[in-house]
Amino acid sequence: MTATGARNTRVVLVDDHALFRAGVRSELDGLVDVVGDAATVAEAVALIREAAPDVVLLDVHMPDGGGLEVLRQIGADAPATQFLALSVSDAAEDVIAVVRAGARGYVTKTISGTDLADAVRRVHGGDAVFSPRLAGFVLDAFAGTGPARPVRAGSSAPAADHDADLDQLTPREREVLQHIARGYMYKEIAQRLGISAKTVEAHVSAVLRKLQLSSRHELSRWAAARRMLD
Amino acid sequence: MAVTPTGRAATLRELRRDPGNGMVAGVCAGLGQRLDIDPLLLRIVFAATTLASGLGIVAYVLAWMLVPAEGAEPKAAASAEALRTARNRRAALEVGLGVGCLVVAVLLTFREAGLPFSDALTWPFVLVAAGGALIWRQSVGRPGAARAELHDAAGRPGARTGGTGTGAAAAAAAGTATGIATAPLLFDDGGTESRPAVISRIGIGVTLVIAAAIVFLQITGALAAATDVALAAMVVAIALGVIFAPFFVRLATSLSLERAERIRSQERAEVAAHLHDSVLQTLALVQKRADDPRAVAALARRQERELRTWLSGAPAHAEGERWLAAALQAAAQEVEEAHGVAIDVVAVGDVPLDRDGEALVAAAREAMLNAAKFAGDAGAVAVYAEAGDERLEVFVRDRGPGFDPTAVPADRRGVRESIVGRMERHGGRAAIHAAPGGGGTEVELVLERGGAAS
Repeated sequence: MTATGARNTRVVLVDDHALFRAGVRSELDGLVDVVGDAATVAEAVALIREAAPDVVLLDVHMPDGGGLEVLRQIGADAPATQFLALSVSDAAEDVIAVVRAGARGYVTKTISGTDLADAVRRVHGGDAVFSPRLAGFVLDAFAGTGPARPVRAGSSAPAADHDADLDQLTPREREVLQHIARGYMYKEIAQRLGISAKTVEAHVSAVLRKLQLSSRHELSRWAAARRMLD
Repeated sequence: MAVTPTGRAATLRELRRDPGNGMVAGVCAGLGQRLDIDPLLLRIVFAATTLASGLGIVAYVLAWMLVPAEGAEPKAAASAEALRTARNRRAALEVGLGVGCLVVAVLLTFREAGLPFSDALTWPFVLVAAGGALIWRQSVGRPGAARAELHDAAGRPGARTGGTGTGAAAAAAAGTATGIATAPLLFDDGGTESRPAVISRIGIGVTLVIAAAIVFLQITGALAAATDVALAAMVVAIALGVIFAPFFVRLATSLSLERAERIRSQERAEVAAHLHDSVLQTLALVQKRADDPRAVAALARRQERELRTWLSGAPAHAEGERWLAAALQAAAQEVEEAHGVAIDVVAVGDVPLDRDGEALVAAAREAMLNAAKFAGDAGAVAVYAEAGDERLEVFVRDRGPGFDPTAVPADRRGVRESIVGRMERHGGRAAIHAAPGGGGTEVELVLERGGAAS
């Protein structure tokens, strides 16, 4: 493995299933440095504040609020910590809600150990990690907003000071997301599109930013639906 | 086994009215079922005793009031809110009509029989009937279908009896008018047992009955003679109202709680039944085949897919209509089960499939099969489908050793015929991208929707 620096990435694992935590721990053994794990929201918040890890692997579904609640309680307390959602959930609204709350990406629990370690390192490096499924969700969420779509000026009050660019993806961003959904790695996407891997990463990060900042109706609706379930 | 509600078989053995098969309220039908006698015989007995002594009708009405309707409880729990509301609304109208007609009928009977009877009795009687029906309905009727059924049935005999009356136009008009007028106002509550509605309904009912008493006393002159007594009675009545109000409120609350509990337990039984049929079954299979990791993985994936579909509440499409995402999922599942290779399907947008769409799915399935056969050992196959306004696109990507499409021998009919040829015949196109250096193969299928889909 190519080490990212002098020391390994420090990871905290948050999941309410002990069996799953043990499995991930053994899979990540030697690849990253798992410094602790937590089974509940309260435990997780305390541990993250104390250990200040580089990356938190966050289960979306847990009792008393799940990953969303952890993100909400941590707030701005751990600026150096990045979050990566890890879930069996396929429900778009859950995943989108956690990403909108601040997670830098989402991978499914069936991901292999080396891929997961790779994703952890990438999140640590400031990149966004989109699984094919998340890319599909995002494309779905931003669907129907072609660049030609007129902005409904003045129809709703908060839209006035809102950057309309946040509500739609550029053609290039769409292309990158489509390739991710098709199962391509960043390197391969760069090769296919004739751009650098850094540019691919920049596009993905831009999409993540839009996802988190956009007030598009569909996204808000998903987030609202999620809150209602809590 | 234990999870499905077996209690129902037991209750079926008890005496139940069968309004579905009955002539009036299903008393004879239910009794006949219970005793294994032709209900027609019972009906004749009831009719005969009614004509002979009037006993039959009394027994019938008693049985009707006391014997619950068959299937009332499960129905009450299962019926949707909207359905219940619609039903109640109809039932409310019918019961209003029924009560009105019954009142008229009784008044007419009195008159026919030559009983000492004056028009002074009419209004109190009408008021008592309306108020009594309200209170009765509130405290006796079960929520939901059972109650609706009770009143549904109540409407019919009333209408019949009313129809047989003769003369006495004034009384008839008064009775019917009141019945109709009060019906929508008082009974139109829907299935939502909100507490204010219950209280106000009881309140109106009690007021009507008291008003009837006062009107009666007023007309007969008793009120003038005994104002003090009336006042005392009123005070007592108000006191009683105060005393019993909490009881009524509690009754209403417990009724709605009971209903919620019933719905909850039914849902629990449904979930348990499903888990039993699917997850527990799979877990048992996994234990049996623990020595075959490929089979176990396939079992686990199939179960996972099935459970996800169930949890997400598969979108309800019209019967016989296939949609792109679901069809691709199904194809992926088939291939996955046949070859033990994981296939992940990501779909953006969805459309119902026409003939060209079906061809697209068939070609995609062929591509998945190829990927599973020749690149199955290299990890999961990724399928991505996008249904846009202009075209449908499906990408099937594997991470196998890859091959040069131009080097594919002519006898490889799989690729040439069932993928490329099929797409071209249906106005689409197929392309195969092979990443050099063993980066895998991707089959790209495109179907323009311009003329093809519509």
